[in-house]
Amino acid sequence: MKKIETPLTDEIVLSLKAGDIVSISGYVYTARDAAHKKIVELINNNQPLPFDIKGQVIYYVGPTLAPPGKVIGSAGPTTSSRMDSYTPLLLSLGLKGMIGKGGRSQEVKEAMKKYKAVYFLATGGAGALLSRHIVEATEIAFPELGPESIKRLLLKEFPAIVAIDCYGGEIF
Amino acid sequence: MKKIKREQIVNVVKELYKKATVELPEDASLSIKQAYEKEEGLGKEILRQIIENQKIAHEEKIPLCQDTGVAVIFVEWGSEVLYEDGDIMDAFNEGVRLAVKEGYLRASVVDDPVFMRKNTRDNTPCIVHFEIVKGDKVKIIVAPKGAGSENMSALRMLKPAEGLQGVKNFVIETVRKAGGNPCPPIIVGVGIGGNFEKCAILAKKALLRKIGEQNKNPDYARLEKELLQEINALNIGPMGIGGKTTALAVHIEYHPCHIASLPVAVNIQCHSARHMEAEL
Repeated sequence: MKKIETPLTDEIVLSLKAGDIVSISGYVYTARDAAHKKIVELINNNQPLPFDIKGQVIYYVGPTLAPPGKVIGSAGPTTSSRMDSYTPLLLSLGLKGMIGKGGRSQEVKEAMKKYKAVYFLATGGAGALLSRHIVEATEIAFPELGPESIKRLLLKEFPAIVAIDCYGGEIF
Repeated sequence: MKKIKREQIVNVVKELYKKATVELPEDASLSIKQAYEKEEGLGKEILRQIIENQKIAHEEKIPLCQDTGVAVIFVEWGSEVLYEDGDIMDAFNEGVRLAVKEGYLRASVVDDPVFMRKNTRDNTPCIVHFEIVKGDKVKIIVAPKGAGSENMSALRMLKPAEGLQGVKNFVIETVRKAGGNPCPPIIVGVGIGGNFEKCAILAKKALLRKIGEQNKNPDYARLEKELLQEINALNIGPMGIGGKTTALAVHIEYHPCHIASLPVAVNIQCHSARHMEAEL
């Protein structure tokens, strides 16, 4: 098990190989298709993004509502391939990691090699378990999207597997 | 005539939906445990997390999965039961609305699929399939269905000449293409025959069958077994990372069809095979 912390440096990314079991701690940002669409619109219109994307990790998740006394509800990964068409642009701007489930397109894999990024697999359908590794959640953009808004999450030893590394290696 | 009140439907839908999101039917959780015993390596670790997740969800009443789905509801309505409280869909939707509120479920429905895609905020409307049956009972099954597995489902109108091999090829091709996306180990619901919409409903209904139960027709039971073996030989494995367990079961339902048709629908269910039922 490799313990890694966000934001990710090139050094961390280069050290990770497909199949590595990792635990991730630090801040990550949530975004699904609807938020990606809005981010890309902002980029195309030369407007500022809700967060500085350099070195960051995006977690593809739309959690359930937080019950009383909890910071977040069930929070497992959604299918990453829905974000594939938006991802190469974000990687070109410095995005270093993604957490999701399922495979990625050839374009995403090429961009991951080019810009040095890593894709983590978290266990789909394990949202209750994974929520225990999220210790803070703050909505920072697009509240109109409800569960699809962008949230900043603080992860603590979040369990994942390196699914695609920056060398083109993958476990699928 | 027996009468059923709006409040009864609201309450039963609410309770079933809440329960279904935090607790799996026994056969579903047992089947994961059996897969865990057989699996190795990273796949085994994933199954361990899935089992641990079930425990946490059940104990803490936190949804098993953040995708608490679109509420799909099957209703078998006895022909001797009367409903006099207005629009019955309103009762089903109110049950869903209350479950989302009380169970802290996710609002995962948009009002219009193409243009505005605005979240309805309460996960309504639900999708209800009514069937009129004999008797004075009403059976309600609530089956929340997430999009991860639903999106990987497919339907094809085969030519009768394609026959058994055509059916097998289509099912295998659909599962192979789905890969790790639908959160394997999956349950594969197959509807064969009927027509375009009938086979789709049959495929979904097939997912409600108890895991391990076979089709009563021995030919279809054999086909279920062969498909399960071939699917598990694909080496997709838990979450798509390779392994012995890609599917926990293949369930086929069939129906008579037109002389010129051979419709086949494949509805994929993730490992969180959620459904709960009650009788009024």
